[in-house]
Amino acid sequence: MVSVAELGTAKKNTWCPGCGNFAVLQAFKSVVSRLGLEPWEVVVVTGIGCHGKIGDYLALNSFHTIHGRVLPLATGIKLANPRLTVVGFAGDGDAYAIGIGHLPHAARRNVDLTYVVHDNKVFGLTTGQATPTTPLGMRTRSTPFGTPEEPINPIAAVLAMGATFVARAFSGDLRHLEEVLERALRHRGFAFVDVLQPCYTFYDTYGYYRERVYKLEDDGHDPSDWNEAMRRAREEEVTGGERIPIGVFYQVDRPTLLDRLPHLSGVPLVDRPPRVDVAGLLERFR
Amino acid sequence: MGMDLNVLIGGEAGDGVRQAGYLLGKAFVRGGLTVVSVFDYPSLIRGGRNLHLVRVSDSEVSAPRRGVDALVALNGDILGSFGGEVRPGGPVVFDSDASAGAEPPGRAAAYPIPATSWAREAGARRVVRNSAALGALLGALGYDLDLLLSVMGDEFPPEVYRVNAALARRGYELAARNPLPEGMRVEPVGGRGDRVLITGNEACALGALAGGMRFYAAYPMTPASPILHYLAGVQREAGIGVVQTESEIAAVVMATGAAYAGVRAATGTSGGGFSLMVEGLGQAGATETPLVIFLVQRPGPSTGLPTYTSQGDLLFAITASQGEFPRAVLAPADPEEAFYLSAEAFNIAERFQIPVIVITDKHLAESYFTVRAPDPSRVEVDRGELISGEWRGPGEYLRYALTESGISPRALPGTRGAIVKQNSSEHNERGWAEENPDTARAMTEKRLRKLLGVREALRGRSLEVVGDPDPEVTLVGWGSTRGAVLEAAARLRERGRRVRFVRFVVLWPFPSEEAQRALSNAGEIYSVENNATGQLARLLRMETGIGVDGTVLRYDGRPITHEDVLEGMGEAI
Repeated sequence: MVSVAELGTAKKNTWCPGCGNFAVLQAFKSVVSRLGLEPWEVVVVTGIGCHGKIGDYLALNSFHTIHGRVLPLATGIKLANPRLTVVGFAGDGDAYAIGIGHLPHAARRNVDLTYVVHDNKVFGLTTGQATPTTPLGMRTRSTPFGTPEEPINPIAAVLAMGATFVARAFSGDLRHLEEVLERALRHRGFAFVDVLQPCYTFYDTYGYYRERVYKLEDDGHDPSDWNEAMRRAREEEVTGGERIPIGVFYQVDRPTLLDRLPHLSGVPLVDRPPRVDVAGLLERFR
Repeated sequence: MGMDLNVLIGGEAGDGVRQAGYLLGKAFVRGGLTVVSVFDYPSLIRGGRNLHLVRVSDSEVSAPRRGVDALVALNGDILGSFGGEVRPGGPVVFDSDASAGAEPPGRAAAYPIPATSWAREAGARRVVRNSAALGALLGALGYDLDLLLSVMGDEFPPEVYRVNAALARRGYELAARNPLPEGMRVEPVGGRGDRVLITGNEACALGALAGGMRFYAAYPMTPASPILHYLAGVQREAGIGVVQTESEIAAVVMATGAAYAGVRAATGTSGGGFSLMVEGLGQAGATETPLVIFLVQRPGPSTGLPTYTSQGDLLFAITASQGEFPRAVLAPADPEEAFYLSAEAFNIAERFQIPVIVITDKHLAESYFTVRAPDPSRVEVDRGELISGEWRGPGEYLRYALTESGISPRALPGTRGAIVKQNSSEHNERGWAEENPDTARAMTEKRLRKLLGVREALRGRSLEVVGDPDPEVTLVGWGSTRGAVLEAAARLRERGRRVRFVRFVVLWPFPSEEAQRALSNAGEIYSVENNATGQLARLLRMETGIGVDGTVLRYDGRPITHEDVLEGMGEAI
């Protein structure tokens, strides 16, 4: 089993002190270690944004892709080699602005991978512009008069898209974040985790969340009940921000894309010979 | 001059015009003749006008030509519009039940067939009318009906075959009562089993499979969709993954993910989709991921003419995406070459860890050509410097190790003991993001060095040079115009002219040295291209300083014919 320390690298960390990304990094290393995964059997796919550096800080296979494209890249990797544990990390700009077009399709396909969104409700790396989860009216460098657009509700949206695992965690509660990530990695299918985290430099929300979050599992939530999951997903809006649930909203067992493609089960594509016999296919053109 | 017949089949979309041309073409090929057929259709599902121009010859033709020698009209619109174009005495087969208001031209040999009534009597769908018409055409031409029936037997399930065969026979018998005069008939010349009738798209798909492609991701876009359709159809027997993605962006990135994981992967699209893929193309270049893209051109700009042909994306393909990185761009001329180049594209992609674009166009991709059957045993698979099994060092594995060739030995994720980090940001040898100037320079140079290897690997097969060693005229071109140019060159040679043809098979890395050799003492140089601005001519000047003396350009969405080439050169047709 690989230790948490062995999962780190010598790369100098350039996240701002106090950044929520540290908690995600720490929690993920713990989970990889706890699950007994071999480092070379895990692939991390990261998008563009501060979160995207996480690959450099992990002694794991990684692919730092272009802005918004974590999901299709991760999907291609998993379909090619299902033995790999594939985990995508994206920011809220990455996942909900430029890359949101991939989200419903990842949910529909239900490829066995985990998608962790570092949701700090602001673009940090490009120095503080609004994202789709920025609260209405918030002033940022790109919205000096306040954002005029309603924020999206990622949990409700992904529930509606039909994802088989939908969860939220808070970077200020490391142990709970670890539990949620572990359940996500153990889920067979597309596991979505929205991580509420502050951007210490551009949008510090530590105190705000700490006063409002509560754990679904402590509140008797049944994660097999989609309607109840949707009600809880809207709780923050409905209560005017009084109560913000974290934990697993919804989980269901459904066949993955590979389960539905029997010709791809068995020998992984990567292990098949790099040559297809086309002699028979060519005969049909005579 | 031997037999050379242009048969125009026309009807509405939904009348089975494509299928009819294909069946007819294959019946001719099985009789030892050579066919090239162009399907001309607007971007509609039903209605509109569909035309299939089937050229059949007893010599080796590989391009369409002008003129109509025989017409099969499935409605009055086609009969009225094209009847007058049929050469005097040529057969005009038409559905006499569906041609109200139109008359066959008086000088034609008219073959009215009550095809709609026959279809109704047979209790069959309206589309079977075309079988009656094909039968009648073969009856008029005196061709062997059994060859058509054998093709139908292979293409249709038994019950569909029965009704189509019955109608074809009925049409044949009716027309055979008044066959065309001796000189206008078409006879089989004996079977030649070594040939196939195939489209460029099918050949690209089959070549990719023979070259070991195991993953294809694409978003539907005309005229590249038939690659997706073909691969989707054979995915189970071939044992490959085929995903229809949510966009071309997803397609190129998903294929890149599969390629990083170690599977030979590709995507395919036309210009609009390729525009969306451009950032993903650069990602493959920066991360050194082997990726193959089939770019099937159609006329732009923007939506353009979705179902027509063009060579307007050459300069776009060789320059697309920000920054400087190595790529290869390969341009097959016909399905036979498309098969082998598509397979080879994966070798180039893997050996040099670069994106490779196989560029075709609607004419090559969707027209049917008669070519020698591709031989899969001629395809070699070379995966390059791939580390298999376990990483044993020395030291830690470095995905972007600096080497003389620029090629870093490639481990796949999942290799025990190796951590494989790829990065679209500039990076160090480990794959960590790094921005210092020495690293940036070293990595840029490393990537670009690979192009020398690509050039070396493709040396000797980058150009096709045929014709006179001491020419007065040299025609240059690329891709699907080959057949028309060769035919024009043959006409000129018949007139005593000394002509050479230089065709660029590899467009990038541009084969400058070979081009300079082939174009020295070339006489007058004409560039023949299916675009408006002479992109090959411009590229040639940019890379070699050689200017052309003239261009023959066609940019109305239709393929170039030998008549276009001759006319464009100011020669008699």
